Amino acid sequence: MSQLTFGRAINAGLRKAMERDAKVVLMGEDIGKLGGVFRITDGLQKDFGAHRVIDTPLAESGIMGTAVGLAFRGYRPVVEIQFDGFIYPAFDQIVAQVAKLHYRTQGKVKMPITIRVPFGGGIGSPEHHSESPEAYFTHTSGLRVVSVSNPQDAYIMIQQAIASDDPVLYFEPKRRYHTKGEVDESIDLSTAPALGSARVVSSGSDVTLVAYGPLVATANDVALAAADEGISVEVIDLRSLSPIDFPPIEASVRKTGRLVVAHEASQTGGLGAELAASITERCFNYLEAAPVRVTGFDVPYPPSKLEKHHVPDLDRILDGIDRAMGRPNSLSGLTGQEGSSQS
Amino acid sequence: MSAEESGPAGSAALSGWEGRKGPADDNFVQLLSPAGERLSNPEYDSWIEDLSDQDLLGYYEDMVVVRRIDTEATALQRQGQLALWAPLLGQEAAQIGSARALQPADFVFPSYRENGVAYVRGIDLVNSLRIWRGNTHGGWDPYEFNMATPQIIIGAQTLHATGYAMGVVNDGADSAVITYFGDGASSQGDVNEAMVFAASFQAPVVFFCQNNHWAISEPVGLQAHQAIADRAPGFGIPSMRVDGNDVLAVLAATRIALDRARNGGGPSFIEAVTYRMGPHTTADDPTRYRDANELEDWAAKDPITRLGALLDAKGLLTEEAKAAVQAKADQVAKDLRANTISLPEPEALQVFDNVYSEPHSALERQREHYQHYLAGFGPAENTAAEGAHR
Repeated sequence: MSQLTFGRAINAGLRKAMERDAKVVLMGEDIGKLGGVFRITDGLQKDFGAHRVIDTPLAESGIMGTAVGLAFRGYRPVVEIQFDGFIYPAFDQIVAQVAKLHYRTQGKVKMPITIRVPFGGGIGSPEHHSESPEAYFTHTSGLRVVSVSNPQDAYIMIQQAIASDDPVLYFEPKRRYHTKGEVDESIDLSTAPALGSARVVSSGSDVTLVAYGPLVATANDVALAAADEGISVEVIDLRSLSPIDFPPIEASVRKTGRLVVAHEASQTGGLGAELAASITERCFNYLEAAPVRVTGFDVPYPPSKLEKHHVPDLDRILDGIDRAMGRPNSLSGLTGQEGSSQS
Repeated sequence: MSAEESGPAGSAALSGWEGRKGPADDNFVQLLSPAGERLSNPEYDSWIEDLSDQDLLGYYEDMVVVRRIDTEATALQRQGQLALWAPLLGQEAAQIGSARALQPADFVFPSYRENGVAYVRGIDLVNSLRIWRGNTHGGWDPYEFNMATPQIIIGAQTLHATGYAMGVVNDGADSAVITYFGDGASSQGDVNEAMVFAASFQAPVVFFCQNNHWAISEPVGLQAHQAIADRAPGFGIPSMRVDGNDVLAVLAATRIALDRARNGGGPSFIEAVTYRMGPHTTADDPTRYRDANELEDWAAKDPITRLGALLDAKGLLTEEAKAAVQAKADQVAKDLRANTISLPEPEALQVFDNVYSEPHSALERQREHYQHYLAGFGPAENTAAEGAHR
């Protein structure tokens, strides 16, 4: 066991994957000598060479499209998108090529591409540097989407993503990069939890709180704060956004009767909507209240001085829990709202 | 000052775009005149001096066959057997000349019109028609023929070719990559990004632009103010502009480019100046957007007629030889028709196949539910898509 920051854990996972398989190549802007703007690839070019840690021209579609060509030739490219908001120029290559080539070729061509995306807000960045675009990709068949919430998962899941024969979007919560945690580097991929599995972080009996990525830490704080008010919260880290591992969530909701989902991404059409609908379908007879979403607003990610209003924090999620519990909350008294349908 | 003189901001300047012809069509390398005369070119001649009479006859046969395939596929579309067809009529020399320059180990990344290239790669064209019939998105195993399946997103494949070529460099392999795209695609960001990457990494890739003058209804003048081939040197990529209706010029240029790629010389760009004689696809009507005179001008530059004239002058295109070529073309077309019409309906649950390499629980659940739903119609309709209607 060692204490590693989130960023170092990903770095260690990348190193391990590159040692394991010579076909693993890293691609992205500034990832070589600089080690990436967040230093996630620090030292890897020095150790593996410029042909395996490829500093690319500044062209996201170009990076993604050439990664497709490398995968076509049997490589396993790991692409770094420098910031979440820069993924859009590569959108076509991801959703129309990376996602579909296996289907298009009846399984003849595999696309084992890992797309690393530092995502989410909370670091006071300018526009395009704090977005949560995951729902665009969970909506696209052929892609797997995961998000990591702690250094141990970050270390294992980056290796699992690279080992997967499917393309994986790997969303890294950039504001947690410096968070330290225990990492057991001896864990073998074959014995680690599957890439698609959710994790019950802490158990509780009154309400199920589902989060992923940067909001898992916030959800843990929420559980502690709610406990002070006598509410027992079960926190689930989704880990995999596509596919969603429903059985542990179903089991939890059958126990608690209540579901709250929290994410930074905008509400409409987001993961919260999918979870609320699917859990309602699967657990309708067990629900004691309508599922509650606590999300970013349906606005462009705001300027950094305003982001504290947009990103769900401890108080907003606690308010969501009050709604699910039928306790007085911020929407109480609003006509037609029944205290539960708005974030 | 008149509106015309008021510069690009004036409306006259805007309306002027509609009639723009684009760069001159005759500023290119030509080894075979429209009349079929062999033209000498010291730089290019040496690249085709090995060609035998049989080779020339072979190219002639290739072009006649792929034109015949086009005719048959168009008829099949008109008869409701294909949903759509993208003919290459007029572009036979560009495709056959370039494809005949390739080695088996070279890899091809086409757009959706390269049926002539697919034919040369040994792909049974029923596998292309399967796509247009709606049975599949792909049609063949890319690794079996070293040719990717058709790409519909304009220009996306040029990046795949470049990435593949970067892999070739990493592997130290002795092969090259070629990617096909049109004049319209030359405006796409991906094509330009592909050239940046190819130049930066000295990727052994040949950018083969078939300038067929029309991107659906948009003339090449809307894409290019000067020869498309002139763009590549700006990326650090040497380029050639050849008569795309001249199979010999195309062959020579492609051999030069492939040789450069294989010998560590990096990427090349070829603009083959040709003309799409038919519609973009069977869904559009070229009489709405182009002049009949233009078509007539290009008919006089026909790639098959001109090689035929050369062969004739050499005494190679005897009536017997001509009949043999025609018989082969007719047989290919006949087989194509029969094999296309008899293609089996895909089974319903195939819709779920190959979305992922590994199990995906959400999709598995949907497959299971749909299978259960279909089973409700009884065994006879279990596998047919129409069985799902109620």
